Amino acid sequence: MSVDENMVRRIANLARIGVTDGELPALAKELSAIIGFVEQLSELDTDGVKPLTSAVEDRIRGREDIVTDGGYAEDVLANAPEKDDEYFAVPKVVE
Amino acid sequence: MTDLTQLNLADARDGLAKKQFSAVELTQAHIDRVSASSALNAYVLETPEKALAMAAESDAKIAAGEARPLEGLPIGVKDLFCTKGVRTTACSNILGDFTPPYESTVTQNLWNDGAVMLGKLNNDEFAMGSSNETSRFGPVVNPWKAGDTALVPGGSSGGSSAAVAARLGIAATATDTGGSIRQPAAFTGTVGLKPTYGRCSRWGIVAFASSFDQAGPITHTVRDAAMMLSSMASFDKRDTTSVERDVPNYEAALTGDIKGLRVGIPQEYRVDNMPAEIEKLWQQGIEWLKAAGAEIVDVSLPHTKYALPAYYIIAPAEASSNLARYDGVRYGARQQGTDIDDMYAQTRAAGFGDEVKRRVMIGTYALSAGYYDAYYVKALQVRRLIAEDFTKAYEKCDVLLTPTTPSAAFEIGKNVEDPLEMYLNDVFTVTVNLAGLPGISVPAGLDGDGLPLGLQLIGQAFGEETLLRTAGVLEQAAGFDAQPQDWWSA
Amino acid sequence: MAENKNLISGATGDWEIVLGLEVHAQVASKAKLFSGAATEFGAEPNSQVSLVDAAMPGMLPVINWFCVEQAVRTGLGLKAQINNYSVFDRKNYFYPDLPQGYQISQFQQPIVGEGAIEIDLADGAVKEIGIERLHLEQDAGKSLHDQHPNMSFVDLNRSGVALMEIVSNPDMRSAAEAQAYVKKLRAILRYLGTCDGNMEQGSLRADVNVSVRKPGDELGTRCEIKNVNSIRFIGQAIEYEARRQVDLIEDGGTVEQQTRLFDPKTGETRAMRSKEEAHDYRYFPDPDLLPLEFSQEFVDEIAKDLPELPDEKKARFINDYGLTPYDAGVLVGEAENAAFFESAAEGQDAKAVANMVIGSVFAGLNKADLDIADSPVSAAQVGQLVGLIADDTVSGRSAKEVFELMFEDGPDQGKNPAVIIEEKGLKQVTDTGAIEAAVDEVIDANPDKVAQAKERPKMAGWFVGQVMQATGGKANPQAVNKLVMLKLGLE
Repeated sequence: MSVDENMVRRIANLARIGVTDGELPALAKELSAIIGFVEQLSELDTDGVKPLTSAVEDRIRGREDIVTDGGYAEDVLANAPEKDDEYFAVPKVVE
Repeated sequence: MTDLTQLNLADARDGLAKKQFSAVELTQAHIDRVSASSALNAYVLETPEKALAMAAESDAKIAAGEARPLEGLPIGVKDLFCTKGVRTTACSNILGDFTPPYESTVTQNLWNDGAVMLGKLNNDEFAMGSSNETSRFGPVVNPWKAGDTALVPGGSSGGSSAAVAARLGIAATATDTGGSIRQPAAFTGTVGLKPTYGRCSRWGIVAFASSFDQAGPITHTVRDAAMMLSSMASFDKRDTTSVERDVPNYEAALTGDIKGLRVGIPQEYRVDNMPAEIEKLWQQGIEWLKAAGAEIVDVSLPHTKYALPAYYIIAPAEASSNLARYDGVRYGARQQGTDIDDMYAQTRAAGFGDEVKRRVMIGTYALSAGYYDAYYVKALQVRRLIAEDFTKAYEKCDVLLTPTTPSAAFEIGKNVEDPLEMYLNDVFTVTVNLAGLPGISVPAGLDGDGLPLGLQLIGQAFGEETLLRTAGVLEQAAGFDAQPQDWWSA
Repeated sequence: MAENKNLISGATGDWEIVLGLEVHAQVASKAKLFSGAATEFGAEPNSQVSLVDAAMPGMLPVINWFCVEQAVRTGLGLKAQINNYSVFDRKNYFYPDLPQGYQISQFQQPIVGEGAIEIDLADGAVKEIGIERLHLEQDAGKSLHDQHPNMSFVDLNRSGVALMEIVSNPDMRSAAEAQAYVKKLRAILRYLGTCDGNMEQGSLRADVNVSVRKPGDELGTRCEIKNVNSIRFIGQAIEYEARRQVDLIEDGGTVEQQTRLFDPKTGETRAMRSKEEAHDYRYFPDPDLLPLEFSQEFVDEIAKDLPELPDEKKARFINDYGLTPYDAGVLVGEAENAAFFESAAEGQDAKAVANMVIGSVFAGLNKADLDIADSPVSAAQVGQLVGLIADDTVSGRSAKEVFELMFEDGPDQGKNPAVIIEEKGLKQVTDTGAIEAAVDEVIDANPDKVAQAKERPKMAGWFVGQVMQATGGKANPQAVNKLVMLKLGLE
C-alpha cells in the first residue's frame, strides 16, 4: 500500500505537523517506502496470536489515595512560552 | 602524573581510594579535555562548575572515609535524561531551553552514589536515529577515522559513545530503544549495556517508545559497565513498568568462569551480504568462548527477519503519542500561529526534524482508523512470536552470541537520504528490545580499515549477571586495547 | 399507550426522541487518578498540578488504587459485570487543556461492563435503562476563553482528576426520562459515596446523545450535546435539540452527526467548531501502564460492604413502614433524606412521620434553600412532634404552628416541641370539664342555631368550629365533637 499526498496531508493534520504542499511529494515517497517495508509482516500468519504490548510480566502496582504532590505552580509554569499570572496562555480557542 | 583521562572507571576508583589523585584533579583533567573537543561535538552542554563542585564534595567524602560506590568519577549524561536546573532538550529544537525542575531517577541514583556530572551529551533527536545525525546540535563525529573520512559514532547515543571513546568522560549514560546503546558502542570500540526492560527506571527520561526505552551505560570495560549498572538500576515506584527486584552487585558476577555455560548461536543472524570480516569475528568469538569452557549450541530464532518491520510500526506508534505533549503550550519553543491549531502545526513543523516527523507520521498512520489492525495489532502479534522465539531458544542455552552490527561505522551523510538503509543498522539489536531482554556489545576487533567491531551477547530477562560474566570472558579473550588517534584536540 | 405521551408532533406527524447518556462522574478521591496532586475544588490556578499532570518530559502515570476500588464499587451498585482484567488506552487528540496530547481512558476493555438502572416514571411505572459500560479516565484541565480578547488561559488543576464515564444504552424516550435517569444515577453514586454528585462544581456532568425518528423506524443520526451540568439544563437541551432535528428534517434537511454545546442563557444548542478529521482518536494501549488486573477476592471484599441502595431501601420502606410507593420514592431520593426519615420514624407512626417529613420538612427546606444536613428541625424533633400529635398532646393544627416555630428558631435555639407547646400554651385541651364549659357557653349563646341543628344535624359542625375557635384550637377535636353531639341531643 502506498501513501498518497492526500493521506500525507491527513496524517500531518492529525499529528499537527505543518506541511507545505511542496513537501508532500517527497513525504509521500518516503512514507510509502517505509510502509512498503513494514508490510512484510503480512506474509506471517498470526491468527490467534495474542498481541504483546509489554515485556513486563508483573501485575500493575498502584498508589494510595494520599495527596503527595502539587503546590508548586511556579515550577509548573517556569518553562511556559507564554503565561498570564498563574495561567498558561495560548492563542484563543473558539469552541 | 599519568594522564588521568586514560583511566577506566574501576582504576580511577582505586586511584581515588589510594589518594593517588583527587576527584577535583580527575574531574579537571576531563573538563580540560572536553573543552578541547569541540571538533567531535559530543557535548551539547558542558557543566564544569557543577562538576568541580561535585568533585570537591567527593573529595570531602573520600577524606572522611565515606566514599560511595562511584565517588568522584566524572561522567557524561545523554541529553535524554532530565537534569534538575540543567537544560535538557533531547537534542530537539522543540524543547527550546527547557530546564527541568526535576532529576531523572537514573541520574539521581548516580549522583547519590557520588558520580560527577561533566555535562549533557549529544544524541539523535528524541533518540531517533542510528548515526547521531538528526540532532538539533549537528552530527557527532566518531573519534575513529578511516583515513581522512569522518565517520558517524552510531546512534542514537552517539555523544555518549564518542565521549567515552575519546576519553571525554570515564563513562556515560545512554538509552536503547532499538539498539541505541549497543550499536554506537560497537562503532566506537566501547562497551554498551542495554539492561532488561524494567531494570532501570524510565522516570525522567524523555520518552521515545515507552515499551522499549531502557537506560544503560557506555563504558571502557565490562567491569565499568557492571559498576554503572549497579548504580543506575533501581526499583522505582514512580515507574510502574520498573520491576520490583533487588539490584545485585554486578561487579561481583565477573568471576571469569563460564565453564559449562551454554552459548546459543542463532542461525538466522547469518544474513545475506554480511561482510566477511564480521562473519569471521563472530566465528572468532565462538572459538574464544569455547576455549573458555562454554558449550556452543545452534539455536533458531525463526522470526528474526520480521523484527525490524514490527519495530518500525510499534516504536513510531508509541512515539507519535509520546511526542504529542510537545505542543508549545507548557514548555519548549513556540511558533506563533493564526489560531491554536495553526500554532500547534507551526510549532511542531519548526520544532521537529525530518526523521522525527517521519516517525511521528508513520506512527499516526499505523494507529489511525482503518489501519490499526493491519499494522499496529499485527506488529504486536509478531512481537509475541519474536519473544517466544527467545523463550524457546533459552530452553537450549543460557546466552546468545551475535554480531552487534552488520557493518563498522560509516561515513557521515552516507545514509541520510535513505531512512530504510539507516534502519537496517538495528537488524541485530532490535530483537532484544522487542523481547525486553538484556544485551551487551563488547569491542572484539578491528576491521581492515582499522575500525572497531563489536560482538553482542544477549541474556535472559534479568540475567545481567550471567551476561556480564560472559562479556567479561569475551573481553579478556579479545584483548581489545586499540584507541583512536587523537586528531580532534584543539 | 404510555410511550405515546412522549411523542412530539411535527408537521408530518409524530416523532419519537431517542436518548442515550454518557455521564462523567468525578471519583470522590483525595488525589488524582495517576498522580499525587489534590483534587479539591476551587484552588488557585495550577496549584494542584504535579509534573505528571503537566505532562513534563519523562513523567509517568501511577494508578491511584482507591479510584479502581470506587469504579468497582460503582459497578456493583449498577448491578453490572465487573471485569477483573481491563486495559488503559490512550485517546489521542490536541487541545490546550490536555497536556499529554492524549487522555488516558479505557476503550476496548473497560473495568465495568453491562448493568442496569431502574427509573420511576410519572405514571408510577418503572422502566429499566441499560448501562453499556463504565470506565475510568482522566479529566482534562480548564480553558478560560473569556478573560482576554485573543488568548485563552489554561488551568491544569482538573487535569488528571479521576472520572468514571458511565454510558447508557439509547433507552430513554423523553427529557423527563433522561432527567429521572440522571437523578437516579446520582442517587446511587451518592449512596455508594463514590462521587459527590455535585453538578454545580462539575463533579457530575452529562453528554447527551439525541436523535429523532418516526416511531418504528431505524435510529436517526444523533447529535451529542457536551457537558450539560444541571438536571434542568438536560431537560432544556433535549427539548430544544429534538425540536431542532424534527424541524430540520421536516424542512427537507438531514441531521449531521456533530458535537453541540448547550447555552443556558439562550436555552439553545449550537454546533461546536470542529475540523473534519478531528475524530480519529487512534486509541491504543498505554505502554506506560500494565493491564489493570485484580482478583475476585478484591471484588468480593468491596461487595461485602456495599450499602443499601435506593431501590432496596424503597422496597423496605414500603414493606416495613407501610409507605406508599410515591412517598417511599421521594424519601429515598437522597440517602440523607432517607436517613432523616428513618431516624424520625423510630418508635413513631411511620406514615405520619413520612407526611411531616415530605410535607413540612422538605417544603420548609426548599423554601429556605437549605440542605437536609442544615435542617433547623432535627429528625428527633420531628419524631417527637409526631408523637405529641399521636398522644393527643397537641392538635394537628397546632402542630403545624409548633413546627414553624421550631423551624424559625433554628438549630441554635434547639427547643424541643414539648417545650414550645408549653411556652406557647398550645397544649391540646383534653380535660372534658373545660371543653364542656366551652360547649355550654356556645350553646347558651346561640339558641337559634340550636333549634336549627335539631332540624339539620350537619349544623353540629358549626358548633365544633366555634368551640375550637374559643379554645384557641387547643381542644381535642374528637372530644369537642362528642360533647357537642351529646349536648345537642343528636346522639
